[in-house]
Amino acid sequence: MEEKLKLDPASFEPLPKADDLDNEKIAAPSLTFLQDAWLRLKKNKGAVISLFILIVMFVVAFGSTFFISHDDLIRSAPQYANLPTKIPGIDINGLNGKLKVAGEWVDIYERNGVPSDVHFILGTDYLGRSLAQRIIYGTKISLIVAVAATFFDLLIGVTYGIVSGWKGGKVDTFMQRVIEVISSVPNLVIVVLMLLVLKPGMTSIICALAISSWTTMARMIRAETLSLKNQEYVLAARTLGESPHKIAWKHLVPNLSSIIIIQTMYTIPGAIFFEAFLSFIGIGISAPQTSLGVLLNDGQKSFQFLTYQMWYPAIVLCVLMISFNLLGDGLRDAFDPKTRR
Amino acid sequence: MRKYLLKRIFYMILTLFLVATLTFFLMKLMPGTPFTNQQKMTAEQIQIVNEQYGLNKPIWQQYLLYLAGMVHGDFGTSFQFSNQPVSYLIASRIGASAQLGVQAMIFGVFFGIIIGSVAAINRNTWIDTTATVLSIIGKSVPNFVLAVLLQYYIALKLGWLPVADWNGFVYTILPTIALGVGPLAETSRFVRTGMVDVLNSDYIELARAKGLSKFGIVYHHALRNSLIPLVTLIGPYTVALMTGSMVIENIFSIPGIGEQFVKSITTNDYPTIMGVTMLFSTGLVLVILLTDIIYGIIDPRIRLTGGSGE
Amino acid sequence: MAERILDVKNLKIDFHTYAGEVKAIRDVSFHLDKGETLAIVGESGSGKSVTTRALMGLLANNAEIKGGSIMFHDQDLLKKTEKEMQNIRGKDIAMIFQDPMTSLDPTMKIGMQIAEPLIKHKKIEKKKALAQALEIMKLVGIKDAEERINNYPHQFSGGQRQRIVIAIALVCYPEILIADEPTTALDVTIQAQILDLMKELQEKIETSIIFITHDLGVVAGMADRVAVMYAGEILEYGTVDEIFYNPQHPYTWGLLNSMPTLDSEELESIPGTPPDLLDPPKGDPFAPRNPYAMKIDAEEKPPYFQVSETHYAATWLLAPGAPAVTPPPEIQRRYKLYAEMMEQQKIGK
Repeated sequence: MEEKLKLDPASFEPLPKADDLDNEKIAAPSLTFLQDAWLRLKKNKGAVISLFILIVMFVVAFGSTFFISHDDLIRSAPQYANLPTKIPGIDINGLNGKLKVAGEWVDIYERNGVPSDVHFILGTDYLGRSLAQRIIYGTKISLIVAVAATFFDLLIGVTYGIVSGWKGGKVDTFMQRVIEVISSVPNLVIVVLMLLVLKPGMTSIICALAISSWTTMARMIRAETLSLKNQEYVLAARTLGESPHKIAWKHLVPNLSSIIIIQTMYTIPGAIFFEAFLSFIGIGISAPQTSLGVLLNDGQKSFQFLTYQMWYPAIVLCVLMISFNLLGDGLRDAFDPKTRR
Repeated sequence: MRKYLLKRIFYMILTLFLVATLTFFLMKLMPGTPFTNQQKMTAEQIQIVNEQYGLNKPIWQQYLLYLAGMVHGDFGTSFQFSNQPVSYLIASRIGASAQLGVQAMIFGVFFGIIIGSVAAINRNTWIDTTATVLSIIGKSVPNFVLAVLLQYYIALKLGWLPVADWNGFVYTILPTIALGVGPLAETSRFVRTGMVDVLNSDYIELARAKGLSKFGIVYHHALRNSLIPLVTLIGPYTVALMTGSMVIENIFSIPGIGEQFVKSITTNDYPTIMGVTMLFSTGLVLVILLTDIIYGIIDPRIRLTGGSGE
Repeated sequence: MAERILDVKNLKIDFHTYAGEVKAIRDVSFHLDKGETLAIVGESGSGKSVTTRALMGLLANNAEIKGGSIMFHDQDLLKKTEKEMQNIRGKDIAMIFQDPMTSLDPTMKIGMQIAEPLIKHKKIEKKKALAQALEIMKLVGIKDAEERINNYPHQFSGGQRQRIVIAIALVCYPEILIADEPTTALDVTIQAQILDLMKELQEKIETSIIFITHDLGVVAGMADRVAVMYAGEILEYGTVDEIFYNPQHPYTWGLLNSMPTLDSEELESIPGTPPDLLDPPKGDPFAPRNPYAMKIDAEEKPPYFQVSETHYAATWLLAPGAPAVTPPPEIQRRYKLYAEMMEQQKIGK
C-alpha cells in the first residue's frame, strides 16, 4: 500500500511550538456595535447614496434660510407668471424656456416679454414666484416637520414604552389600553381633529403628529423592554441594587438603540407624507406659507397645461421619501444582521 | 375562546365609547360654528338654528343626547346639508368607499403576494432587485401624487379609462390602483421577507430532503407559513385605505365617505365629522378583532386564550 | 464482504464567500457497506455536515464541487440533475436533522408531513399514505398515534418530534439514512432513547446509517466504523474498536483524551483552534495544535498509512523511520485494553 517513502530523518524533528495557541483567539479585530453596523451600512449602496442625498437636501434646505427670505416667497411678480424651466446654455426643448402649446414648442419667455437675462431653472408658479425657491423652502418645511415628529416620537414613544414595559403589571395593562384606544382611530383622523381644534399651520401639524404617531414606537420599545428586563445582566444589575434610572440609561437605552434608530427611520417618511397629505387636501399649511404638499396642490390645479409645476415638487417629495425608506432599510439590515433580507 | 371574545368585545365597546367622548368634547372646543360665516343670519335666526340643532342646551345634556342617539345609529343632522341625517349621509356614501377599499385591498394583497414570493424564490437575482426597487418606489410615492399622474396620463392623455366619476367598474380601475399600490408594496416586501426566512428554515430543508420538487416545497410549505403573518397587516391596511380614500375619492370625484369627510372638515360640519370618525373607528376596531380571530384559526400555534392579545 | 452501497472518492468542495474561497472539503474519501453504521466524528466546522449535504444534493448555492465522485451503487450522484436527485432524496437516501424543534413545518399536521414522501415517491394516494404514516408512527414509538396523527408539531415534545423526524426519514425505507447530530439538541435522557430507537429501526428496516456527531461518547454504542474528520479531511478511520482503543493520529488522541471518563478529575482540551480554511495549511492540518508535530507535518500532507485491514491514519508518526512517541496516559491505557481484547479474540478463536 505505501510506496517506499524516502524521508529525510531531519524532517522528523519536533516542530517548534507555536506560541499563539490561544483557545479564545479571535481572528478578526473586535469592533464596537456601532462600528460594525456602520461597516455593514457602508456596503449597502442604496443606503449610502440615500444618506448622501439626504445630507445634501438638509444642507440646501436649511442653508437656504440665509438666501431665501420670507418676503421672496410671498412677493408675486405677475409679469413672470407660469414660466417654464429655462437653464441658460442648454437648448433642449423643455429646459430652454419653451413649452408645448397646442402641439408646438413656444418660447414662453419671449412670448411674455421677459427680459432675456431673467431665467428660472425650475420655472415659476401662477404668481410668478420662483418654483426652485419655493421647492427648497417647502423641503425645509417637510424636514422640520419630520425632525419635530421624530423628536416627539422619541420623547413620548420611547419613554412610554420603557415605563410600560419596565413597570409591568397593572400599569402596563392600563398603558396598553390607552395605546389601544389611540390606535383604534386612524392616525389621520386624529390629526384632522387636532387641526380643527388648533389653528392650521405648522405648529398644529407637529402637535397633531406628536399626539398620534408615537404609539408604534411605544409598542416596539415596550416589547423589547419586556424581553430585556429578563435578561441576565439586567437581572444582575437589579439584584445588585442599581436604581431603575441607572439601569434604564446604562442597560436599556443602549440595547434599545437599534430599534429606536430603525423605527425613527420609518417615522420620518410617515411624517413627511402626513404633512404633504394634509397640505394637499387643504387643511395643513396654507398660503402664504408653502410646503411640498401646498406646491403639489397648486401644481395639480394647472397640471393639464403646466405639468412641470406638479412634477418638480412631486419628484423632490418622492426622492425624499425613497431616500428615507432606503436608508431605513439599510439601517435595519446593518443593525440586525440576523434578519438580513 | 368564548370568554376571550366577550372580553375583547367589552374592550371594543369601551374603546369606542372613549373615542366618542373625546371627539365630542374636541368638537365642542372648536373655534367657530358652522354659522359664523353666514353673516346674513340675524341673531334671531341663529337662535332658531341653534335650537333646531340642540346647541343651546348645556354641554352635558348635549353629550348624553349624542351618546343616546349614537346607540340607535343616530349621529345627528348634518350642518351642511340641512335636514339630512348624518346616518343617511353615511349610508348613501358608504357603498362606493367600501367597494373601492375592498378592491384596493384585494388588488394590493394579491399582486403583493405574487411579487413578494417570486422575489423571495429568486433571491439575489435581477428579479428580486427589480421587485425590491419597485416596492420601495411604491411605498415612497404618495398615493395622491400617483393618483394625479394616473389620472392625467392614463385617463386624460391616453384616454384609456375615464378621468373621474363613479359609474361602473371601469371608473373604479384607476382609483383602485392608486389606492392599492401602497398595500401592494407593503405586502410584497412583507411576503418576500417572510418567505426568505421560511425558505432558510430547517423544515424547508427537511422538505427538500424528502425529495419534494421546488414547486411542491413553495406550494405546500413555504407559502402557507409566510402568508399567515400577513393577516396582521389587514388592520394597518384598513387604516391606510381609510386615510387614502379621503384624497383619492376627492381626486376622482367619487361620492364616498372620504370625500364627504374632507368636505365636512372644510365646512365645519361637526355632526358629520363625528359620525365619520365613529364609523372609521368602529370599522377599524372590528377589523382588528376579526384579524385576531382569523389569525387564531389559521395558525395552529396560536390558541386564543384570555390574554390581552399581545 | 458486505455489499458496498456508497463510495465517496476524493470529494472536494469549495464555498464562495465574500472573504474568498473556503475550501471546506479537501479530498475526502470513504465508503459505506450495506447494513453498517459509519460515524463521522469531528468538531464544528470540520466539514462533516457539508459532506452529508453533498450526498443529498442539498449544498448551499455558494458551494461548488471541485472534484471527486459519490458512487451510489453504480451511479454518480454528483452527475445527477436536480430532478433526478429529487427522486433519490427521501426515497433511497434520507436524512435526519439536528434540531427537531425547527425541522417540522409548524402549520402542517404531522401525519401529512410523514406521508408526504410516500405520496411523492411511491405515488400512492393520500389516504393510503396516511395509513402507512400511522404504521410508521407506531413503529417509532409515538403513543396514541391514531389521535396524534392530526396534531401539529408544537403539540409534541422535543424527543417525540425527533421520533417524527425519524419517521419521515424512514417512511420510504431508504437504503441510506444520514443522521446529522440527531441527538445534539435533545436532553441527555432522551438522547439514549433516540439512539436505541435508531439501532432498533436499523435492524427492522435494514438501512445503512451515516451518523454525524461531534460527540465520541455517542459513537461507541452506535457505530460499526468511525471516520475522524478535521479541517475538511478525514485524518483517521477504522472500526469502532480500532479508533477507540488503538488510535494512531494525535488528533484522535486529543479527542479521546478530552472525553470525560469516570476517574478523570478535570476535562482535557485540545489547545488552539482549527485552521482557517480560506487558506488551508499545506501539511497536516492538525500540526499547529499537535504537541507531537514534526517538521514534515508543516511541509507535506501525510498519506494514509495502513494500520490494519480496516484501519488507516494520515499521520507522519506512522511513517517508516519516524521516531516513537509516548502517547498521553489515557491513550496508553486504551492501548493496553486493546491488547487484552486482541488476546481474548485469539483465545476465542
